[in-house]
Amino acid sequence: MKTIKYDEIVNVVAGLCQEANYYLEEDVLNAFKENLKNEKSPLGISILNQLIENAEIARKERMPMCQDTGFAVFFVEIGQDVKIDGGLLDDAINEGVRKGYTEGYLRKSIVGHPLERKNTGDNTPAIIYTSIVKGDDLKITIAPKGGGSENMSGVKMLKPAQGVEGVKEFVIETVDKAGSNPCPPIVVGVGIGGTMEKAALLAKQALLRPLDQRHSDPSIAALETELLEKINKLGIGPQGLGGTTTALAVNIEIFPAHIASLPVAVNINCHAARHKTIVL
Amino acid sequence: MAEYNVLTPLTEEIIDKLQAGDTVYLNGVILTGRDAAHKKLFELIKEGKELPIDIKGQIIYYVGPSPARPGQVIGSAGPTTSGRMDAYTPALLDMGLKGMIGKGLRSKDVLDSIVKNKAVYFAATGGAAALISKRITQCEVIAYPELGPEAIYRLEVENFPVIVVNDAHGGDLYKQGREQYQIR
Ligand code: SF4
Repeated sequence: MKTIKYDEIVNVVAGLCQEANYYLEEDVLNAFKENLKNEKSPLGISILNQLIENAEIARKERMPMCQDTGFAVFFVEIGQDVKIDGGLLDDAINEGVRKGYTEGYLRKSIVGHPLERKNTGDNTPAIIYTSIVKGDDLKITIAPKGGGSENMSGVKMLKPAQGVEGVKEFVIETVDKAGSNPCPPIVVGVGIGGTMEKAALLAKQALLRPLDQRHSDPSIAALETELLEKINKLGIGPQGLGGTTTALAVNIEIFPAHIASLPVAVNINCHAARHKTIVL
Repeated sequence: MAEYNVLTPLTEEIIDKLQAGDTVYLNGVILTGRDAAHKKLFELIKEGKELPIDIKGQIIYYVGPSPARPGQVIGSAGPTTSGRMDAYTPALLDMGLKGMIGKGLRSKDVLDSIVKNKAVYFAATGGAAALISKRITQCEVIAYPELGPEAIYRLEVENFPVIVVNDAHGGDLYKQGREQYQIR
């Protein structure tokens, strides 16, 4: 049994909120640089260069790379031999978000009621997905999610007979319709299988995987590569101004499905593909 | 795909010259406004009342910055999705607004109104918010302070980088750019 203090979680979460927003992950930066070599559009090249410079300024000055510092989405794996001392895990995470967003000069983008739309003022509540795992570690991942790209995401319940072709069609159609709105170059998270909400969650979890890492199942890995090529032929390009770098990666996660269903979800992430993980 | 240094406010002569795909570095004053401020302005126009700011000849930047650290002029300040302003935009263009800066697709009504009113829609790089903040040299609230980051600000900008997406002659870079690089 390991005991982790409530206050420690608060402080760690506050730090994660800030780091995720100030420091762009290496895999994303590398993807910018790789695509710079192949991008055909002069405007596209100038945009990619701006994004690299932007990441440098954000890192140096500890300021958010994007002003939309997102909905604070957490994936928490809690070992069954962990005891939290001094309060509830969800409360600790929310207090950490409050502290991190306020002290870190991050934008507060959450309204407390979806229809009345008054800002909560501290970016809470967070969205927290918890799973219980073996051992005595507490693993916390934050993935702040901007509204612009989230708004272009979608779920579709396909007929099983539509199969992989139906999946490809829906992914391409979703990216195509999104156009310039989600700040391309984008990262495309795809969830296939499960139920409606499970597919959506898989799509979001897919965004946590490093961009240069393909799925462990070779057929799914091949589907990721094929979809990326197709997407980059759409011509949308950096910021939708035309070009060959529309997406940096397509990451797919799958789950068993009901005999009658083939759910597919597409969660679009912008180039500000933020996530940070810590293990306590 | 020309490059221009442009002093605001935009003159008719400059607007006439700008074409979809041109890079423009703006210098001078621009205003900001997001959904909430647009809604308020729109309602005043509908009621025939006077606006709290003069939008004739001005450029509105769709932005809701992150808070500034002590000593900073403004926090990160990249563009937000323009489509959310579409319902209000034609009315503002009819009142003399000449430029908009944002990101993403506009409605057919807005595109028609841009041509009719001889205006221009620029894209700033979405997500390049730290870089953009460095091109803003002054920032003050001029209307609706109660809206916080959604208030209307007056910004002074230096070499503020934007790209012409929709010009006054019907040019549309989001369409033309895609067509040019699409591989069938
Ligand atoms: S879509 Fe992403 S990069 Fe674009 S404004 Fe939103 S958070 Fe920022």
